[in-house]
Amino acid sequence: MSTHSAVVEHIEGATTKVFLIVWSALLIMTGAEVFLAYEQIPIVIFLTALVGLSVIKAALIIAYFMHLKFEKLSLFLTLFPMLILCIILMLLMFLPDSSRLMMMRPQ
Amino acid sequence: MTSAWSGGRSPFAVNSKKFGMWLFIISDALTFSAMLMAYTYVRLATPNWPTPFHFSPSIIFSTFMTFCLLSSSLTMVMGVQAMNHGRRKAAVGWILATMAGGGAFVALHLTEWLNLIHKEHVTPFSNEWGVPLFGGTFFALTGLHMTHVVIGLIYLGIMAIAVSRGKFKAEDVEVSGLYWHFVDLVWMFIFPLVYLMSAKI
Repeated sequence: MSTHSAVVEHIEGATTKVFLIVWSALLIMTGAEVFLAYEQIPIVIFLTALVGLSVIKAALIIAYFMHLKFEKLSLFLTLFPMLILCIILMLLMFLPDSSRLMMMRPQ
Repeated sequence: MTSAWSGGRSPFAVNSKKFGMWLFIISDALTFSAMLMAYTYVRLATPNWPTPFHFSPSIIFSTFMTFCLLSSSLTMVMGVQAMNHGRRKAAVGWILATMAGGGAFVALHLTEWLNLIHKEHVTPFSNEWGVPLFGGTFFALTGLHMTHVVIGLIYLGIMAIAVSRGKFKAEDVEVSGLYWHFVDLVWMFIFPLVYLMSAKI
């Protein structure tokens, strides 16, 4: 395994231009998030937009900066379904209970 | 044809260091997920949750901190690319640029913390709104992230010195890059959920 690093690796699609585009997209989405924070929009829509944009940003970082797009599919399938399942399990407890807490707030 | 899983070769076609780092990242991602959910849970349970983040300086600072981290991720990826092409000197330059971005992040974050502590009187145990859980969860979450950034700076510093002396291979730089990108990725959730959701409008 260790000998292959001496050879110049060329990954199809992993070019400086692609990285610059991804970086610009991440900056634009960050700008959009800050803009949304000062717009008068319902809190649920705002929160959904923020989480949605964050997930897209995370996916871009993982795919391009962390090179996962260029790795074998088996690596992705070993790592991420488990992570997503664990987060869903946490949300299964978090979402109903936190909404119950909101209802219990003194008016 | 023998299966890729029958032994004797890596079924993921990655070296063991990179796979180890990926496993660490997944487990660390779960730690941060749990902490973010805990923060949001307490926030939803508290009717008078404080919103002490004024546009200036808190939101301006945290937005610029996001810019620093995103840009440091770009320089890190350039460093990995330079190393893949055998350009060690260029790789060291890019790693040092990454460290500059990370250093700026830590400096701005500490300034922002001091601003909260001195001007808004928020500490991990108390604040003037009577919601001690705000400081507790805020400092725990951002503190754990800042610890990751500081460890990343030490890690990259060691890499920069070693690479400049002709030690380590391209794959080792890539593994350190994975860690750095993960630290950046976590901030992509902390920034909107902690800062923007509590921005003072």
